[in-house]
Amino acid sequence: MLAHLPILQVIVPLIGAPVCVLLSRARLVWLFALIVSGLSFIVSALLLQQVLMSGTVIYELGGWDAPWGIEYRIDKLNGFLLLIISAMSTLVLFAAQTSINKEIPAEKHTHFYILYLLSLTGMLGVVVTGDAFNVFVFLEISSLSSYALIALGKDRRALWAAYQYLILGTIGATFILIGIGLMYQMTGTLNMADLAARLPEVAQTKTVFTAFAFVITGICLKLALFPLHLWLPNAYTYAPSIVTAFLAATATKVAFYLLIRFTYSVFGGSFSFTTLPLQFLFMTLGLLGIFVGSIAAIYQTNVKQIFAYSSIAQIGYMVIGFSISSVTGLTAALLHIFNHALMKGALFLALGAVMYRIGSVQINQFQGLGQQMPLTMAAILVAGLSLIGMPLTVGFVSKWYLLSALIEKGWWPVALLILIGSLLTLVYVWKIVEIAYFKPSLSTNSTVIEAPLAFLIPIWLLVIANIYFGVDTRLSVEVAHAASESLLQAQGQVRP
Amino acid sequence: MALLVVIAIEIARLKDLFAVVMLIGIYGLVSASFFVVMDAVDVAFTEASVGAGISTLLMLVVISLTQRSEHPVRHRPFGALLVVMLTGGMLIYGTLDMPYVGAGDAPIHIHIAPRYLNDSMQEVGVANVVTAVLASYRAFDTFGELVVIFTAGVGVSALLMTVGRRGDKKPAVAINDSMHKQQLILRIVSKMMLPFIMLFAFYVQFHGDYGPGGGFQAGVIFAAAIILYTLLFGLTSARRVINQTVSQLVAAFGVLLYGSVGLVSLLNGGNFLDYNVLASNPIGGQHLGILLIELGVGITVASVMITIFFNFAGRKELQKSTSENKGT
Amino acid sequence: MLMGLFNYWIVVVLMMIGLYIVIAHGNLIKKIVGLTIFQTSVFIFYISMAKVDGGTAPILMANVSQYANPLPHVLILTAIVVGIATTALALALTIRIKEAYNSIEEESIQQQNKKQASVRDELDPRNDPY
Repeated sequence: MLAHLPILQVIVPLIGAPVCVLLSRARLVWLFALIVSGLSFIVSALLLQQVLMSGTVIYELGGWDAPWGIEYRIDKLNGFLLLIISAMSTLVLFAAQTSINKEIPAEKHTHFYILYLLSLTGMLGVVVTGDAFNVFVFLEISSLSSYALIALGKDRRALWAAYQYLILGTIGATFILIGIGLMYQMTGTLNMADLAARLPEVAQTKTVFTAFAFVITGICLKLALFPLHLWLPNAYTYAPSIVTAFLAATATKVAFYLLIRFTYSVFGGSFSFTTLPLQFLFMTLGLLGIFVGSIAAIYQTNVKQIFAYSSIAQIGYMVIGFSISSVTGLTAALLHIFNHALMKGALFLALGAVMYRIGSVQINQFQGLGQQMPLTMAAILVAGLSLIGMPLTVGFVSKWYLLSALIEKGWWPVALLILIGSLLTLVYVWKIVEIAYFKPSLSTNSTVIEAPLAFLIPIWLLVIANIYFGVDTRLSVEVAHAASESLLQAQGQVRP
Repeated sequence: MALLVVIAIEIARLKDLFAVVMLIGIYGLVSASFFVVMDAVDVAFTEASVGAGISTLLMLVVISLTQRSEHPVRHRPFGALLVVMLTGGMLIYGTLDMPYVGAGDAPIHIHIAPRYLNDSMQEVGVANVVTAVLASYRAFDTFGELVVIFTAGVGVSALLMTVGRRGDKKPAVAINDSMHKQQLILRIVSKMMLPFIMLFAFYVQFHGDYGPGGGFQAGVIFAAAIILYTLLFGLTSARRVINQTVSQLVAAFGVLLYGSVGLVSLLNGGNFLDYNVLASNPIGGQHLGILLIELGVGITVASVMITIFFNFAGRKELQKSTSENKGT
Repeated sequence: MLMGLFNYWIVVVLMMIGLYIVIAHGNLIKKIVGLTIFQTSVFIFYISMAKVDGGTAPILMANVSQYANPLPHVLILTAIVVGIATTALALALTIRIKEAYNSIEEESIQQQNKKQASVRDELDPRNDPY
């Protein structure tokens, strides 16, 4: 069975989704979905181990050899991503049953789990595949299911957020489709490795240039890179808490993975960074994203919205690391993918717990929660510190790498701006902490008690991970470093 | 082609949504005929049934549920124009280095495609190369496509589900039905046609190996037959024939059928969706595999289309009944 | 030169009309229609490149040697299905938006959202969309 791990990665949740229809009781469906997600986590762990031991794993679907059939191709980069996605999905799902009881009407629970598993399937499918068109198909699976999941939010604004996301997401997907079509037209192939081998021949044509521009723009729409971020804050704010936690920890990471995959592996780093002023462009957009996102976050009164805007800022950090295009820079970006998943997973789950107890995440409702929900608020505190980049948390590790990558290149001003950006993070995190710990609790919330274990267990697992990987950085740094090294080595060369 | 541009501009100009939707139907039909000219018969078939059929129908239902005319306000027209000009200019620039339409020596005709055209007869044994690529070489894409449809079905019913809200509103449901009692001739003629439409659906389902057709188109046609029945005999009687929960189960079954073909090939020692190991000889296996997965596609597509339509139409009933309740 | 690329240029014009409708129009149904035009024109683009002069539809026959390229056809079959799935979901959302906001015009919805944000929300009974 080990040889079939790559396909099992996707097929387990994929088959799991329709099976949910057959199960009758919501609790049973939840347990089943949890097991399915857990299984795909085990598969991804085995897969990453396989990749680290013996190099890139290739799997030919339908038994057809590569450029004719579709192949799965897993190297260190997507092996790492698969692990993050399936782990986050499993942890978030653990709290799902409790959380959606309060937020989604009971008759829709089965639908919720089906859509959740489909969304997971889509993301895993995008990450694992080595075929450009297959990316489009699975991207649409994950997108369609997340539109529907967001629309399940209680507030009517969730519907509007889902609609906006649908329109922008579809435009993004169609842009990617156009880009893939243009690439296909010039090379005759859809396989990524084959594309990488055949693109240099036609690299100077206007068509390939256009293809590149369209693919990148489409991906940036999905990534919510400033200024294409407009769909994100509302979608994250009004979606059910579980959905927000899941999407915030995974969806933008998938888009960021695609950005790396297309620029480095398909078009090749030297093409990508010479034909367009990509470095300057992404650096500027990343910095703007950090400042616009952080400043907007400071002015929000809905805590979910604060962290939604903060996500835009965090995407900025990743993109800056990416734009440096050195091993250290890319390592920083990959580390930040991992770390950001840990932080935002913990934060949004904790907000889910607050929502569960209080029914609102308006900032004034947080008064006195430091005493009433000590464990939940402590989790928000630690994850918030990590978001700022305090030493001994994961946030520090990725910022450290990012700064040293910038200093390696001698880009002091950018490094300085990033430090200022971190101060802005301090402002909005402090705002929440201050209200939670130093204000007396509201009379309406006097009966509020600590969140149930279903929340506390995944939240604290994530918080502990936040600290553990902040202290013992070997595992995460090693994988991220190895992945970025092999990406940069492949730069400009024909991949085997 | 010029016709398409005219239609598109008209669509942009018109404010009457009913006319817009009719035009988009025609747009679908015209592009379908363009696909025929371009030798893409399978695609034309699908575009005709989807673009001019199902999607127009769904849009009409939605208009009847919402409103018929568009508010005349345009916002950000200059920004929009700028974005459009930029993207359009970029694309035109990109076309300059493209191989010409119809040039036989373009890269896409030299790389990869020749194997499909030359060897698929030996490797897959199906005359329609589109079917061979769709159902065998790139069967996993098709699986993904099926899952997309399934997702849409689940998503739509999660959004529009009316379970638990009907119950006491039985009388209101009949509104739709009484209206249709009058058109007797229409009903009889359609009733006579229904078996033929279904028969045609089955023909299309199993004919995909030799000519244009296959699971998706068959599923859409089959769904169209059921929708026609619904339109003429009302939702209640249609529900008596096909229950919504059942149609969801059936949709899941189609996906599972497709998936289990893949799993069986895993168990038989091949890769996922490797049909060669399904039977004693590869060609037989390929035939069996394609037959089964096309069936899976047909089943899921038909039931999802029906589910979506029922949900849309069911919402209309709900709106009617609530507005009546308010009135009394 | 002119004839060789003419098809593609028309496709670009169609795409841009579609995209313009999506961005500039405030009516939700009209936006979906625009999206459909945008997507359909991408389909036309793919199908145009599959064409081979003197070829026929890719259904193998004894005395024909030139066929159109089957691969883009396959891709577009998939893309059409994805398109209708998106459209269906978008329309379902539109129905729900109409019920929740009693409008399908972007401006009116945005205004209502602004009002709601200033009122202070969450527990407002109007928000229950069921």
